Amino acid sequence: MEEKITFQLNGKKTEAMIDPTQTLLWALRDHFGLTGTKFGCGMGFCGTCTVLINNEPVRSCQLSVGEVAGKKVVTIEGLANKDKLHPVQKAFIEHDALQCGFCTPGMIMNATGLLLKNPSPTEKEIKDGMENNLCRCGAHVRIIQAVQTASKEMKGGK
Amino acid sequence: MKKVATENKRETTSSKSGGMPRRDFFKLLGSGIIIFFRPWGAIDLLGLPAEQARTLPKDYNAFLQIAEDGTVNCFTGKIEMGQGIITSLPQMMADELNVPLEKVKMIMGDTDLCPWDGGTWGSMTTRGFGPNMRAAAAEARGVLLDLASKQLGVPVSQLEVKEGIVVDTMNAKNSVSYGQLTKGKKIEKFLDVKPSVEDYTKFTYVGKSYKHSDANLKVTGAAKYTGDMKLPGMVYARILRPPSHGAKLTSVDYSAAEKIAGTKVIRDGDLVAVLNENHDRADEAIAKIKAEYSFDEMPVNDKTIFDWMLKADSRANVVRTKGDLEAGRQLSEKIFESEFHDPYLAHVPMETHSALAQLEGDKMTVWAATQTPYPLQDALVRELGFPLEKVRVIVPFVGGGFGGKSAYQQGIEAAKLAKLSGKPVMVIWTRDEEFFYDNFHSAAVVKIKSGIDKEGMIKLWDYHVYYAGTRGSETIYDVPNATTTDYSRNKNAPPVHPFSTGPWRAPNNSTNCFAREVQIDIMASAAGIDPLEFRLKNLKDEKMIACLKAVAEKFGYVAGKAPSGRGIGIAVGTDAGTWVAHMAEVKVDKKTGKVEVVRIACAQDMGLCVNPEGSTIQMEGCITMGLGYTLAEELFFEGGNIQDRGFDTYQIPKFSWLPKIETVILDRKDKAPQGGGEPAIVAIGAVVANAIFDATGARLYRMPMTPARVLEALKKV
Repeated sequence: MEEKITFQLNGKKTEAMIDPTQTLLWALRDHFGLTGTKFGCGMGFCGTCTVLINNEPVRSCQLSVGEVAGKKVVTIEGLANKDKLHPVQKAFIEHDALQCGFCTPGMIMNATGLLLKNPSPTEKEIKDGMENNLCRCGAHVRIIQAVQTASKEMKGGK
Repeated sequence: MKKVATENKRETTSSKSGGMPRRDFFKLLGSGIIIFFRPWGAIDLLGLPAEQARTLPKDYNAFLQIAEDGTVNCFTGKIEMGQGIITSLPQMMADELNVPLEKVKMIMGDTDLCPWDGGTWGSMTTRGFGPNMRAAAAEARGVLLDLASKQLGVPVSQLEVKEGIVVDTMNAKNSVSYGQLTKGKKIEKFLDVKPSVEDYTKFTYVGKSYKHSDANLKVTGAAKYTGDMKLPGMVYARILRPPSHGAKLTSVDYSAAEKIAGTKVIRDGDLVAVLNENHDRADEAIAKIKAEYSFDEMPVNDKTIFDWMLKADSRANVVRTKGDLEAGRQLSEKIFESEFHDPYLAHVPMETHSALAQLEGDKMTVWAATQTPYPLQDALVRELGFPLEKVRVIVPFVGGGFGGKSAYQQGIEAAKLAKLSGKPVMVIWTRDEEFFYDNFHSAAVVKIKSGIDKEGMIKLWDYHVYYAGTRGSETIYDVPNATTTDYSRNKNAPPVHPFSTGPWRAPNNSTNCFAREVQIDIMASAAGIDPLEFRLKNLKDEKMIACLKAVAEKFGYVAGKAPSGRGIGIAVGTDAGTWVAHMAEVKVDKKTGKVEVVRIACAQDMGLCVNPEGSTIQMEGCITMGLGYTLAEELFFEGGNIQDRGFDTYQIPKFSWLPKIETVILDRKDKAPQGGGEPAIVAIGAVVANAIFDATGARLYRMPMTPARVLEALKKV
């Protein structure tokens, strides 16, 4: 059942002997110990398990680990550059854009993917882009502000 | 969050209050100064759901320790689930002890380390627990100053404390730190004085905004929730579930499940579970089990539930009465009768109920996503037959609770399976299980008969609430003839609900608030009086008047009789010792019935506000979450069959729903702090309903106000 799968995980070339049919979500959490990627519904509705695959936000519960062979996967643990937080992470702290924190990794990964594609989103574009990431605590207002702040910083950094 | 070693070799003996006796805590902690304290009077019971009512222990229920390195450790059975007490409690502690904020550590929700606590709910932590924690800190400070006085050879009156250093005011070089003072000492004190309200002019940290102290852990993925734990040999469990509440297992065939690699099937009576080290394989195996059930369904569904409740064998209890209803009728020029309906709601925390259980020797340790570590510990003692001291519950970060995690079934499931299998077992409920086993916000009916005289003064208020409880049922307005009657299940009567119900963020206050504030609006409109003016003239409650004036100013309210066509609504409420007033503006699409909430303003009197930013975040969260029950959330069911099992059918608020949110916290530094996690959610249904009426003249008596219901109401205009 197990096969060798090679892909780039959080910037490092990674080889793993793993059942390729396992969901990426549970492979990340269990095999690679990257538990920042959360299980929220397992059906692609909530976005808590969002990771970047080749810079695109993807719900890791909806594909198998075999499907990421040869691709670049970034999880919440791989977003910071060593101790330097990514602008989106920094902006979430600055705006206090979280409460229980369970949706936060998925929100941050989705927002990062959104800003990579559209560095200067309007408020409407942010809302549209974040629409299907669910938060129950009601941190939405601050998440939008955080994405706006991160957008400014990321452009300034170019 | 938890810096204390989890090693647990000491002998413990049973104590009535749970966990270990306080002497053993002391042994564990080593030297230092330890002050035990507890909530005072009945205040900590205010938010206690009836089914969890329990006498407070006579023992002390929290303590703080000044350790040899000057660290202040506060041990409490409260837990952090996003409400921010891990940030705000240290602010209170640091102020009282004059130590830097970062010197205060919270050790929370571990039954072996922290003394008994009933649970984290009812917005009780700050108001019920905070003042006592401060008083304990003051006691500790007194002990430290006495020690310093002896060591420095000067009277206490000549000493002051800055950043944890006691200094002789006549000679700055003559100083000693808290850490040096506690070195090698063992001082134990029991606080028996009632805390007084603190002089706010002395605060350094309290009253200032601090960001979530756990934010860094949460933005990097480092924060550990229950489901993130892993133990050697750990297996994931999936449990066979009945198709509906009330179904009984008659036969089961799990032979196909056993063929899935690495799967072990456990059966113990009706408990059938598959265990697998691989989470996906456990999912695969459970789907292979064939089971048959017998059904004994309650003949009720989401449409008939309201009639069902009105006809149920209920106990009527007059909870407050004033004046004489007949006199009120005589004095009324106009009488209004309304009936309001509120459906069942799900809690829907983003983290589903999760638990990890491990049996080591004869001791069971359960990590669980719960708001109630001690009640879970008690339940484990009952269910497993283990002695209390052989059961430990630890609560890591909790991914949202909202009252739903005052239930802890998953902890019992994990522990039973760990006992049966001998392996560490992780149970992470699927989203389907989370919906199915939720202890829902109760559906409810409210009937009101009220009357006004020709000046628009309310003279009659006859209020009947069925199955919502009385939280938030206060009349608030100054009515001379008013009665509130609560209807609940009669003793020995058959169950009314086909499934579990329980506390949901400000339990059913939103039901009562919706009914009261819509009824007030109905009367204001009939009297031809602006709804703000109508409220102000019928209110004597100074706090509420101040909140209304503050929100009107923030909102830029311009008077107008409803329906004015502008789409502006007003509503007020009280919850957890806090007063709130809201104004909202909506747009209603008369063709589709869709309601867009454009903006909501909220003014809140919560007494002393410990962390203004933290409180503002809670208000924003309440307003946003409140839009769900207002516009979309409603549980569909047929008997015990829950038809909403996921995010595909049960809608919770999303980014596109967001109104502009404006908040005001009234400056009440001189008053005791009150609850902040729930109050701003209670009046959202009412304020939106009243705004819809102002926009269109359509009156809604039923939540949620879906497009179909708005269209229906528009037909009657």
